[in-house]
Amino acid sequence: METPIFEILRSKKDRVLQLWLQVQQMDTEVSNNYNTADELRAQSTEFVDILVGSLNENTVQDFSSPELEALTDYISSLTISRARQGFSPRETATYIFTLKDALLKVLSEQNSDNPQQLYQDSILVSKFIDNIGILSFETFITGREDVIFQQSEEMAELSTPVIRVWNGILAMPIIGTLDSARTQVVMENLLQGIVDTGSSIAILDISGVPAVDSLVAQHLIKTVNATRLMGAECIISGIRPEIAQTVVHLGIDLSQMITKATLESALKFAFNSLQLEVRRTQREKLN
Amino acid sequence: MEKIPILKMGKFLLVTIQVDLYDRLALTLEEDLIQMVFKTGSKGVLIDISALSIVDSFMGKIIGNIAGMSSIMDAETVVVGMQPAVAITLIELGLPLSGVHTALNVEKGMALLESRMPPSLDDANDDDVD
Repeated sequence: METPIFEILRSKKDRVLQLWLQVQQMDTEVSNNYNTADELRAQSTEFVDILVGSLNENTVQDFSSPELEALTDYISSLTISRARQGFSPRETATYIFTLKDALLKVLSEQNSDNPQQLYQDSILVSKFIDNIGILSFETFITGREDVIFQQSEEMAELSTPVIRVWNGILAMPIIGTLDSARTQVVMENLLQGIVDTGSSIAILDISGVPAVDSLVAQHLIKTVNATRLMGAECIISGIRPEIAQTVVHLGIDLSQMITKATLESALKFAFNSLQLEVRRTQREKLN
Repeated sequence: MEKIPILKMGKFLLVTIQVDLYDRLALTLEEDLIQMVFKTGSKGVLIDISALSIVDSFMGKIIGNIAGMSSIMDAETVVVGMQPAVAITLIELGLPLSGVHTALNVEKGMALLESRMPPSLDDANDDDVD
């Protein structure tokens, strides 16, 4: 009488757990990072409970089965929590693969008289645990990618501040290369800043942009045009000699935009068009 | 049929678009507006699109058309209060509306139109209206 593998594991749950904890203790890589043995024991017990609970004749064959959702969710959260605690992915993987040792040992105890059955069961268990390992790795990498994505978004946000220089004048220094995604952020922030402050002049300072090619120039022209549509004026400042050289060599026509060499001259122009005047106060008169 | 009101404010016409502008309505607006420019002899048209959150290439074209038609009838067009998203969309569609004046809000748009009117003409116009 052959007992299905999930039945064996269900009846031998305690044995599996006991063996797994033993293997973990032998493997210093797994055990020495945990604060307490109790913590490890609690986690492993939960793991085995969920694993045995979700195994049946379908799920043991098909890892993508929806019945395994509880298990996959648990593995994902386990991987994330272990990654937060500072475990390397190798440690987490070793932790999962030690379970395979325990399971195989239980199976061999049970089926020692039936090598054919044992062989088949071993392959099933191996595949199953390998899938859990892969899932854990996937979760780990997805988590990493999320962090990277978040950071690059934050960087884009940080590097495009809109500064209100004067009543009615905004300035936006751009540091770093302007690509399409960044231009979008720059444009959105600048236009929103114009709406929020009701400014009629925006200064885009590109002295921190390392190189201007035709694509960057295209983006700049787009931004200037969008500002104009909003009813404000956009001045490009901080055009370094090298930038002027490349722009002319590439044959890009910037003549329709107001361009200034420095932020200072852009500010002067802005004051002029707002009919403002900056003067030195005359001390003699005061005295 | 639904219509967008065209208000006469002194020498200028004021159009405030407060509803979603579908194609038929836009075409009606274009026609009505040009008729009004002709009837009142206005020298400036102010279109407030601050409530407009969605714009397509057709709308962009209509705005361009109105500006073009007004200018050959000697009236200037100012589009005011464009939303950032609308501005970005128009730019991405390749419609920079180069013949159109723009301003941040109605107040600034009025000031812009006011500043573009030659003072002597103003007086003559006022006399005509009275």
